[in-house]
Amino acid sequence: MELTPQTELTVGKVEKLPVGKLHIAQYVVALVLVILSIGLWRLEVVGADNFRALAEANRIRKVPIMAPRGRLFDREGRLLVDNYPSVSCYLLREQIKDLNTDLPMIASGLHLTVDQIEATLKKYQTAPKYQPIPLKQDITPDEQAFIEAHRNELPELETLEEQRRVYPRDGFAAHLIGYVGEISEEDLNKEKYAFYQPGDVVGKSGVEATYDALLRGVDGSRDVIVNSHGKEIGHLGETMAKPGKDLRLTIDLDIQKAAEKAMEGKNGAVIAMDPHTGEILALVSRPTFDPNQFSVRLTKSYWNEILNNPDHPLLNKAIQAQLAPGSTFKIIMSYAGLEEGIAQLMHVPCNHGATFYGHYFSCDRNHGMVTIDNAIPYSCDTFYYTLADRLGIDTIARYASSVGIGQKTGVDLPDEAAGIMPSTQWKMKTFHEKWYAGETISVGIGQGAVTVTPLQMARALGGIASGGVMHRPHLVFPNEVPPDELEAIHETFPGSGEKTIPISPQIWEIITDAMYSVTSAPIGTAYAARLEGIDFAGKTGTADVVSGRDKSSKNKDTIPNAWFVGMTPRRNPDIVVAVLWQHGYWGNNSARLAAGIINTFVEKQRRRENNLRIAEAPKPSLPASPPSNNREGATSATVPSTATNN
Amino acid sequence: MFRLSSYRDFDWVLLGFVMLLSVISVLEIKSATVHTKFHGFDHKQIGFLVVGLLLMFLISMIDYHRLLDIVPWAYGISILSLLAVKLVGQKVLGARRWINLGGGVHFQPSEWVKLVLIVAVARYFWNLAGKDLTWPDIWKAVALVCVPMGLVLTQPDLGTSLTYSPVLIAGLFLGGIRPKQVGIILLVLVMIGGIAWKSGKRLKPYQQARINAFLDPDSDPRGSGYQIRQSLIAVGSGGIWGKGANKGTQTQGDFLPIPYTDFIFAAFCEEHGFVGAMGVLLLYFLILMRLIQNAQTAADLPGTFIIMGVVAVITFQIAVNIGMVVGMMPVTGIPLPLMSYGGSSVLFTFLALGIVMNVRMRRFVN
Repeated sequence: MELTPQTELTVGKVEKLPVGKLHIAQYVVALVLVILSIGLWRLEVVGADNFRALAEANRIRKVPIMAPRGRLFDREGRLLVDNYPSVSCYLLREQIKDLNTDLPMIASGLHLTVDQIEATLKKYQTAPKYQPIPLKQDITPDEQAFIEAHRNELPELETLEEQRRVYPRDGFAAHLIGYVGEISEEDLNKEKYAFYQPGDVVGKSGVEATYDALLRGVDGSRDVIVNSHGKEIGHLGETMAKPGKDLRLTIDLDIQKAAEKAMEGKNGAVIAMDPHTGEILALVSRPTFDPNQFSVRLTKSYWNEILNNPDHPLLNKAIQAQLAPGSTFKIIMSYAGLEEGIAQLMHVPCNHGATFYGHYFSCDRNHGMVTIDNAIPYSCDTFYYTLADRLGIDTIARYASSVGIGQKTGVDLPDEAAGIMPSTQWKMKTFHEKWYAGETISVGIGQGAVTVTPLQMARALGGIASGGVMHRPHLVFPNEVPPDELEAIHETFPGSGEKTIPISPQIWEIITDAMYSVTSAPIGTAYAARLEGIDFAGKTGTADVVSGRDKSSKNKDTIPNAWFVGMTPRRNPDIVVAVLWQHGYWGNNSARLAAGIINTFVEKQRRRENNLRIAEAPKPSLPASPPSNNREGATSATVPSTATNN
Repeated sequence: MFRLSSYRDFDWVLLGFVMLLSVISVLEIKSATVHTKFHGFDHKQIGFLVVGLLLMFLISMIDYHRLLDIVPWAYGISILSLLAVKLVGQKVLGARRWINLGGGVHFQPSEWVKLVLIVAVARYFWNLAGKDLTWPDIWKAVALVCVPMGLVLTQPDLGTSLTYSPVLIAGLFLGGIRPKQVGIILLVLVMIGGIAWKSGKRLKPYQQARINAFLDPDSDPRGSGYQIRQSLIAVGSGGIWGKGANKGTQTQGDFLPIPYTDFIFAAFCEEHGFVGAMGVLLLYFLILMRLIQNAQTAADLPGTFIIMGVVAVITFQIAVNIGMVVGMMPVTGIPLPLMSYGGSSVLFTFLALGIVMNVRMRRFVN
C-alpha cells in the first residue's frame, strides 16, 4: 500500500473534482430517502388502522368480569337454582417464557396433567394470544395459594372470580332445569351462538339451554393496560357486567317435590300441567343426574357412569321417551268414536277378546256387554278393538293428531320428541307398504306403531277434559320473557302449540265421567288409587314392551310399562298429571303415584283457599270450597289458577 | 495553519440542522426511557453531545492534510486496538467490543476505526487519482477496509463492520472503478453469498434467525421476529399524526425493543407519526445535501473523498436503520446517526462532521 505523506504535492496542484459523480451521489441519497419514505407511507398511512389494532391488542388485556347467571325460582318465588362465587385459573399465553419447564410445574400445582394443559392449549390455539384461556375452574384454596406463591416464576397464571351454578341436590328437577357447561366448538359455529366466545359457559339442556340468552346476561370486562411483560401499567376502565335475568318457572316446588318423591327409585317420568294455561307444574324424569357435576369440570368417571347407564339418565323421558301409550290411548279412541257418532251406539260383547281378520285379540277378562260408559273404567280391549276396526286407522289418526299425538307440543325445552301416530300415509312414507286393517286393531288399545311422550298424553287429555282448549306447554311464564325472545323460542321449538278443537259438551262429559269411574267406581282399573272427597278422574294404561309370547320371561325389561293420566277436577281440570313408570307392571301402580301428586295439589289449593277466606272474610261473595264435582267452565276454575300466579 | 477567522466559513447552517436533529433525539430518548430503568439517558446524551461538539471544533482546527499525513500511523494503531479488544476487551453480552479505560469510560475502537478508514481510503484513492483503477488497485483498497472489518466482525459486531463497507464503495466509486469491474465484483459477491447461504456456516444462528425474521416476521412472533414485528406495529400505529410525545403505547408499554438506541426511529414514528418521520427524513436530506455540497466545494480531491466517505457512512446507517425499522431491511445493530442514544455513535458523528467542517473551512486554497 502506498501511504507516504504527499501533502506538499497538493499545494498548487490542480485536481479535477468528480462533479458528475457527486451529482450521482446526490441522486442516490435522494433515492434512498424516497424509498424509506415509501416504507413509512406504507406503514403509517396505508397500514395505520391495521397496526393500530395490533397495538391495541398488544397493550390492552381484557380481564373478563363474568355476569352472574340469572337465578331460577319456582312459581311462588322459591329459589331453585343459585350461584356461588368460585375462583378459576386462567392462562395468559403471552406470558409463557419456557413452556417445557413451566408445564410440569403448573400441572402439579393445579393438580392437572401435562396432557390436559396441552389439550387446553390446543383447543384455544386459534384464539388471540392476548386472550386469557380458562385452565381450571373452581380451583381449591390450595391451588389458589400455589398461584399466589409462584407469581414471579409463573406470571402466566391468573385467577379470576366467577359465579358458578349450584343446583338442587340429588338431581332434583334436573331434567327441566338442565345444566350449564363450556360451549362446544360445534356450537360456536352455530348462528345462535354467533356472539359467544370460546370458554363461555352456556346452558346445555333444559331451561338453562332454552333461556340461555336471558339467563346469561352480558359479561363485562376490565380493560387493563399491560406492558410487554404482562405487567399492569394502568387501566382504561371497566365495562360492567349485566347480570342475567332471574326467571320464575311455572314449576310448583310442592308438586315437584311430590312428583320427585313418587318416582323415587323408579324409571320413568311425571308431568303435571295446568291445562288452562299450559303451565308445567312438575316435570320429573328418572333416573336422574347431578347437574352440579356438569357445571364445574365434568369428571370422566361421572360421564362414563351416566353414559353407560342403560336407563339413560340424561334422557328427559317426560318429553323424549316415545313409548306405546297402552290403554290411556282409549281416551283418544273414545273421543274419536263419540265424535264420529259410533261409540255411543256400540254394545260390544266381551268374552276375553274377539277375532278380527282371522286373528284372535285378547282382553284381560270377560267384561260381558260393554258400552262406552263402562268401556273406559273396565278398560275393555274388546270394545276398543271393535271401535278401532269401525273407525279405521286414518280416522283415528285424524282425531289423535288433532290433540297433538305424533307431533311435538312445542314445550320450551330442547330436543322434544314427536312420537308416532300411524296412518296409511305414514306407513307408505316410512316403510313403503300399505296399511293392513289388522294393524288398526292394536292401535285401538294404544299398542302397535303408536308411540307418545308423557307430555303429549298429559296435553291431549287435558285438552279433551277442557272441552278442546289446548295450550302450548311451558316452563317459564311468557310475561317474564321479552316478546321477541319468546317468539324466537316458539320458532326454535315449533309444535302443535295453542289450539282449540271442537268437542261437543256431551262428549267430553261422557268421557270425563267415565274417567271419574276409573278411580271412583269399584269396577274402575284405578279404584285402589281413589281419593276421598276429591274429584279425581283418569285412565290407566298397561303397555306391553314385548310381544305377547315373551311375556312369561322374568326379565325386568319385559315387564309392561305402567301409565296413568289423571286430573282434577274431572271437567275443565286445574291439573293434569301423566305418569309413566317403566316396567311398573300395572297402570294401577302409576295411578297411585298420580293420586299422591293430585292429593298434594288439592290440599295445597284448599289450604290457600282457606287462607284467602280468612284474609278476605268480610266478603261473603267468594266461591265455596272444597271444589265441587260439577264445576264447569273456566270461570270458577280460574280462581285457584290466578291465586297460584301470585 | 489555523485562524479563528476561518469559523466564518464553518458550516453553521449544517450545524443548525444537526443540532435540531440532536434536540429531537434527546426529546425522544427522554420519552422512550421515562418509565424505564434507563431513565436519565437523555441527560447523558446531552453530555455526549456537548463532548461531541467540543471534539468537532477541536478536530476542525487541525488541517485535514495533517490528518492525511498521520493516517498510516492511525491505521496501524486502529488494527492494534482492534486486536487489543480481542485480547483484553470487556465481554458484554457475549461480544468483545469495548476497552475499559477506567472511571466508567468505555472505549469502542470500532467506531473510531470508522473515522480512520474514511481518511485512509480518501488518501488511498487520492494517490490513484487521474488513472483507471487496475485490479490490484481494487484488491488493495478491499484489503485496506476488509482487514479491520474482519476484526470487528469477529468481535462479533456485524452492524459496525457493515458500516465500513460504504467507505470502500464510495472510495471505489469516486476513485474511478469501471462498470465492467463493478459487474465482475457483484457477480463474485453473489456467488460467495450463495455459497455462504447454502453452507450456512458463515452466519451465526442468531444472524440466520434475523434474516429469516426479516423475510417472514410473523414466522416466529415471540422469538426472532419479535423485534421487527413490534417495530412495525409501533411505526404503523403512529398513523399520520402520531400518538403524541410520551404517548406511544408500544414505546411506553415496553413492547418496542431498545427504543432509545437502534429502534429510536420506531419510537419517534409512533409518537409523531408520518408527518414527524417525514420531518426527520427532510432534515437528513438537508444535512446530506449540505455535505455533498461541501464535497463539491472542497479545495482538493482528498477533501472531497473524505466528505463523501462521511456521506456514505451516514447514508448507509440511515438506510439500514430506518430500513430495518420499517421492515425493508433485516435487523442489524446499527445506530441511527444523530438520533440513537450512545456515546460512541455521537462522538463518531460529530468527529466526522468536524472533519467535514475542517475541509469546508479550508476550501479556499491559499
